[in-house]
Amino acid sequence: MQVTNAIQEVNRHTIAVLVDNESGVLARVIGLFSGRGYNIESLTVAEVDAGEKLSRITIVTSGTAMIIEQIKNQLRRLVPVHKVHDLTIEGPHVSRELALVKVVGTGDKRVESLRIADIFRARAIDSTNESFVFEVVGATDKVDAFIKLMEPLGLTDVSRTGVVAIARGPNPI
Amino acid sequence: MVHHDTLTGAEILLKALVDQGVEVIFGYPGGAVLPIYDELFKQNRLRHVLVRHEQAAVHAAEGYARSTGKVGCVLVTSGPGATNAVTGLADALCDSVPLVCLTGQVPTHLIGNDAFQEADITGITRPCTKHNYLVKDVNDLAKTVHEAFHVARSGRPGPVLVDLPKDVVQAKGEYQPPSKVKSKYKPQVKGDLKAIEKAVEMIAHAKRPIFYVGGGVVNSGPAACQLMTQFVRMTGYPCTLTLMGLGAIPGSDPLFLGMLGMHGTVEANMAMHDCDLMINIGARFDDRVTGKLDGFSPKSKKIHVDIDPSSINKNVAVDLPIVGDCAHVLEDMIKVWKAKQCRVDEKALKAWWAKIDQWRATNCLSFENSNKIIKPQYAVQRLYELTRHRNPYFCTEVGQHQMWAAQHLKFDLPHHWLTSGGLGTMGYGLPSAMGVQMAHPEALVINIAGEASIQMNIQEMATLVQHRLPVKIVILNNQYLGMVRQWQELIHGGRYSESHMIHHPDFVKLADAFGAVGLRAEKPGEVDEAIKEMIAVDRPVILELRTDASENVFPMIMPGMAHNEMVLGPEDKGRDKPGSEQDGMVLV
Ligand SMILES: Cc1cc2nc3c(=O)[nH]c(=O)nc-3n(C[C@H](O)[C@H](O)[C@H](O)COP(=O)(O)OP(=O)(O)OC[C@H]3O[C@@H](n4cnc5c(N)ncnc54)[C@H](O)[C@@H]3O)c2cc1C
Ligand SMILES: Cc1ncc(C[n+]2csc(CCOP(=O)(O)OP(=O)(O)O)c2C)c(N)n1
Ligand SMILES: [Mg+2]
Repeated sequence: MQVTNAIQEVNRHTIAVLVDNESGVLARVIGLFSGRGYNIESLTVAEVDAGEKLSRITIVTSGTAMIIEQIKNQLRRLVPVHKVHDLTIEGPHVSRELALVKVVGTGDKRVESLRIADIFRARAIDSTNESFVFEVVGATDKVDAFIKLMEPLGLTDVSRTGVVAIARGPNPI
Repeated sequence: MVHHDTLTGAEILLKALVDQGVEVIFGYPGGAVLPIYDELFKQNRLRHVLVRHEQAAVHAAEGYARSTGKVGCVLVTSGPGATNAVTGLADALCDSVPLVCLTGQVPTHLIGNDAFQEADITGITRPCTKHNYLVKDVNDLAKTVHEAFHVARSGRPGPVLVDLPKDVVQAKGEYQPPSKVKSKYKPQVKGDLKAIEKAVEMIAHAKRPIFYVGGGVVNSGPAACQLMTQFVRMTGYPCTLTLMGLGAIPGSDPLFLGMLGMHGTVEANMAMHDCDLMINIGARFDDRVTGKLDGFSPKSKKIHVDIDPSSINKNVAVDLPIVGDCAHVLEDMIKVWKAKQCRVDEKALKAWWAKIDQWRATNCLSFENSNKIIKPQYAVQRLYELTRHRNPYFCTEVGQHQMWAAQHLKFDLPHHWLTSGGLGTMGYGLPSAMGVQMAHPEALVINIAGEASIQMNIQEMATLVQHRLPVKIVILNNQYLGMVRQWQELIHGGRYSESHMIHHPDFVKLADAFGAVGLRAEKPGEVDEAIKEMIAVDRPVILELRTDASENVFPMIMPGMAHNEMVLGPEDKGRDKPGSEQDGMVLV
């Protein structure tokens, strides 16, 4: 079969996975990615239904259309996996990330960091005379941009949650 | 409060196994599973086969499962017992064999403490089982075991491991029967009817069709094999089978083109290459079959029926996927075909067969026989002719002998051919034959072996003798790791690096030492007598045939080559063609 460039094009996908919240399930998902050489750009997980003991995993990955299809089918093969949804192709969705960003410095740089934080609607959730910890929430691009701007202003540490995402509108997932 | 029907974990376990229809357990005891063995001792519903190495227990369970369609059952101890079973589990995963492997584990309070004979076996086997469980509460035990059997046999079958801490099997709890357990695991078995209708239409309109049929049809069961044969015959279309699919349609059917792939026939590979419609039923486009991907059947539309969605569009993009169980889908296909009163294009089909007959005329499996030295192909042919009246089960080890067996035996019945295809595990044959014989005590069970592979699980001769399993082992002794030697000859300039085993045991004396019967033939003229003697004996036999060390398996698609670029034999110039190792068959 002819391999065309369209088939070879690599795209980023956000995939929502509903799994039984049991020990080992995250290892299965991660092992699947590492064992088959798929890449994980971001992965978040937390219980979302305590009654049914279900957790939701949001994975951001990239690959050709054939690889993304493989990833989803491989995920569906795992016994504790109940639903796999590709938010990127199943319709509009919203996604957010939260980052805690530590900036150390005094004087102008410190003032400038506050000013930029304001523009990004980042909140200072901890401060000392020589440091801030900002909390910034938004799409990955926005968080990236904020961190980039903080770099020259004394950025020392970043802790990010990774992406969580949900479909827009009344329908589930 | 102690409930009146409270049982120990070990009692619960055995009750669950009985309720799951287990008759035989292949296993090996040790500290962590002593309470289970104690319970086994007290009952007589379940038989236990005491193997000599845990790897063999798993292969034996595979043989049992593949030849019966039931789930095979294995019981081993923690630590080294469990790690010894890993190769078998990986083998069963690759070839989709349903198994439940029960492993002992250190008591729950010691897990993670590097306790004596502790191994994180659920961690180790996560990528080589279909699923695995660690049972931490005796009240989950019955449910977990039932679910393990359900997962092993449903959808694409595979091995499931259940890890059992010693305190859990000693604790007391309640039993739950299978009827009380509801599993959320429900793979799709019915194919989409719209897609099936579309497929039938494509099949009826094809000009140069071929059925490419694999282990999925064998896995699906005797009904699927029958429906497959029926559909192939209804259409009159050619059909090729993968190594794992042999027996899915009768080997003697004129519509059967032989096996395809690396060591497949010219007619099968050429027809795959030139077809305009490929109808893949339960095969997975393995790299041993496709060869170089961008040279793989470039002119065809492709239909793919598979129960596992991840098999679809994995290696080869297809035009019409149908997810479902082969038996269900084939049944629907035949129904639709009849309802629509489909007719094939007779004229096109005649021309297509004429072309195929030309390829057939190359007689690619022929070989130059000798009256001085036993040719391995001749040995397999004689074995087939002299035993076919008994419908034997054939197992193999891995190597050249395996390929000659695949090429020269014919299977008119499914589930009579057992070989390690996906993992290619040397040492598979003898224990799997043991499992087959256990399931079919009256049958003739033959393991075709290489002198190297057989030594990987030779210790199981003792198990055969102990359990009176009259398995026949035919060693094609070519003095070499023949398949490795072949690659070295053809690809590595004849540098036979470590493929010659200079010393071998005297297999006749070895058989004798184990309490079995040893036979040997060194000349072609002795082969028939030796085979007849072997099958006349009602005990395990090793028959060593001294075969031509220089013989190679042909046809062969060299690594990195396509279906239409086969090397036909030692004289074929094609052998000098360079191939890239980017793609296709890169491993021996
Ligand atoms: C030395 C050596 C040489 C080899 N040479 C060759 C060769 O020349 N030719 C060859 O063909 N092989 C060869 N093999 C074997 C090869 O490696 C593969 O194991 C084999 O080709 C796979 O067969 P299959 O496609 O039928 O798939 P299997 O491994 O049998 O897989 C079955 C497929 O069917 C699906 N399935 C399972 N159950 C069902 C069901 N109930 N309904 C629907 N679908 C189902 C599964 O999801 C899977 O996709 C060789 C192996 C060795 C060790
Ligand atoms: C466990 C294992 N180790 C190594 C290999 C690689 N290998 C494939 S075939 C083969 C040689 C087999 O020799 P023998 O059993 O004598 O069979 P022959 O090819 O000579 O018929 C080897 C080493 C393998 N398939 N399995
Ligand atoms: Mg050999």
